[in-house]
Amino acid sequence: MAKSLDINVHHLTRVEGHGNIVVRASDGKVEKCVLEIVETPRVFESMIEGLRWRDTSLLTCRICGICSVAHTTASILATDEAFGLELSPESLTLRKLLMYAEVLQSHVLHVYFLAAPDAFGAPSVIPLASSHPEVVKRALKLKKLANYTCAVLCGRHVHPISLVPGGFTYVPPKKGLVELKQLYADARADIEATVETISGVLDKFPSFEREREDISLVRDDEYAIYNGELKSSKAGQIDHRDYLEFIKEKCVEHSTSKHVYNVEESFAVGALSRFNNNSAQLNEFGVAAAKALGLEAPCHNPYLNNVAQVVEAAHAYQEAVNCLDELIAADLTEEKLAPNVVPKAGRGVGATEAPRGLLIHDYTYDENGVCTEANCIIPTGMNLGNIDRDMQKYVPEVIEDRSQDQIEHDLEMLVRAYDPCISCSVHLLKVDWV
Amino acid sequence: MAESKPTISFHDFTSCEGCQLQVLNCEDELLDILGAVDIVEFREAIDDKADSYDVAFIEGAFTRESDRKRLETIRSKAGIVVALGACACTGGLNVLKNFRGLEKSMKTVYGDSADWYETSQALPVEAAIKVDYKVHGCPIPRQEFLEVVTSLLAGRTPRIPDHPVCVECKLRENECLYHKSQYCMGPLARAGCDAWCPSYGGRCYACRGLISDPNNQAAFDVLEEFGLTIDDVLTEFRLFNGVYDVSQPPTEARVEKQ
Repeated sequence: MAKSLDINVHHLTRVEGHGNIVVRASDGKVEKCVLEIVETPRVFESMIEGLRWRDTSLLTCRICGICSVAHTTASILATDEAFGLELSPESLTLRKLLMYAEVLQSHVLHVYFLAAPDAFGAPSVIPLASSHPEVVKRALKLKKLANYTCAVLCGRHVHPISLVPGGFTYVPPKKGLVELKQLYADARADIEATVETISGVLDKFPSFEREREDISLVRDDEYAIYNGELKSSKAGQIDHRDYLEFIKEKCVEHSTSKHVYNVEESFAVGALSRFNNNSAQLNEFGVAAAKALGLEAPCHNPYLNNVAQVVEAAHAYQEAVNCLDELIAADLTEEKLAPNVVPKAGRGVGATEAPRGLLIHDYTYDENGVCTEANCIIPTGMNLGNIDRDMQKYVPEVIEDRSQDQIEHDLEMLVRAYDPCISCSVHLLKVDWV
Repeated sequence: MAESKPTISFHDFTSCEGCQLQVLNCEDELLDILGAVDIVEFREAIDDKADSYDVAFIEGAFTRESDRKRLETIRSKAGIVVALGACACTGGLNVLKNFRGLEKSMKTVYGDSADWYETSQALPVEAAIKVDYKVHGCPIPRQEFLEVVTSLLAGRTPRIPDHPVCVECKLRENECLYHKSQYCMGPLARAGCDAWCPSYGGRCYACRGLISDPNNQAAFDVLEEFGLTIDDVLTEFRLFNGVYDVSQPPTEARVEKQ
């Protein structure tokens, strides 16, 4: 039966930011199938110009409340590099721990609050609070642990305070670190239970595949989250400062955020891309989670990004525990963490892995440490083209077998699987129209 | 209807959505809140959309004229409107773009296609509609959100502090940042965050806006004592408080007139 579709999901729910899914098909032929981005322009690139170095991360972390630590980290990495700042080993471990905590917090929030309701057939997490209270309580407990980690280390998770270029303006007390260690020990079973819960709903994820290019950070010595060089599954490895070689921008009519391409018409970033590129470097806890969830690299089912997030949550959990052990042994002092910043003219590129994928901040400073130019590349912006292409392959595959409502639901799930941060994606990318 | 729980909604405009995240970050209280109210609209977390709300929380600044209608619709459906966070209360750091020049800002970011996008001056929500209460901050302190929710449920007026951050800083026995040669907006800034930033080695940028009756002369005296002028500190001042006019005593009333 040749079918027609007219799907228009205005302001998709359970994602961060404003996007519409638009699909039009007649006589079984898909005419339009895109994710429209309708977020307001925020012009951060213009706002950052003229700010002093100590205020740049303060501004840019406010691009996104959910990946606030990652934005701060990318920002201060850029400033560190521009000024040639050396970081103490203790500051480095603290920064990594904050990143692991954010990965844990964001993945838990996304999997349980935003994606899981689809798997459990609920419109939101709220009915799950009565139908599956143990699951919701576990999610809140894990989220709180990750938030509390940030509170102890840098004051708070949303717009961290003491995480600055060159080091930290606050010394986390040992008592707090020891308390955190105990809380993490208590939470191990919750991570295991999370893996088990998601193992139980794997059949809810559509079995759809589309071969893709994965781009992520990579390091020789660890599963890259905090920093690293750029790796493409199809084009090898490059220095992080040369990011524009991999991230080529192009303009599309239906989005206030630019699309990107490299070897293929689009590429992917995020948990599944990191897993595909670097799964050999997962720690034991991460490997065990991947095994229990049956996730193997390379995986080209975008819906399974949610599963990769669970694997990464386990990995991040274990890494966080290791960092805490190091920090407790290190006896933190103001001397070890003090940010001794001497501004100078130069350019720096900060590349980090936000929970939803590769994030780049690129700043140029004058000799007084005043920012004169900035460019930021946001993960969701990079995934938008890939989302469109996934939808354009998926809809024709199922158009005859599934109802319009089912397809609409599948597409909402697909967009959500990428964990898009739409307000992020339009905040900085320059946009032109084709 | 006497049996039904009060309905609450959340709406977002130009913002980072971090204040809605702060709401979700009330992990210990969230299940109790869900027991006491019906959250009928919260795009970031739930699918439902509703026709009316007892209390509507609005996050984000008013930055394009076409959003006025959406704001008016929310106002018409809501019994009480609460501005949630700096962007909604004062325009927040979005106001910086007003100083960069709208046309220039759009050109910097969107190049030749700047005309395709609609933007206007970044303003507080109350520039478009009447706001009944404000939860200040970037981000909002969770305790203040909880104070507002519990107060409104109990039918009393929420207690929002109107004294400077310096008071809280002193109570926490923090070393004054001026004594460390750092500019701080504490003397003018609205408290209620428990001197959050100064307690973690940061400066106060008055993300919660200014108190309604600031002692401007004292603030100028402090600047003078430490060899600073208004021009030296204007960049920092405008990060969160661009909506206030620095040439005259800033008051809450002036913001409302915008």
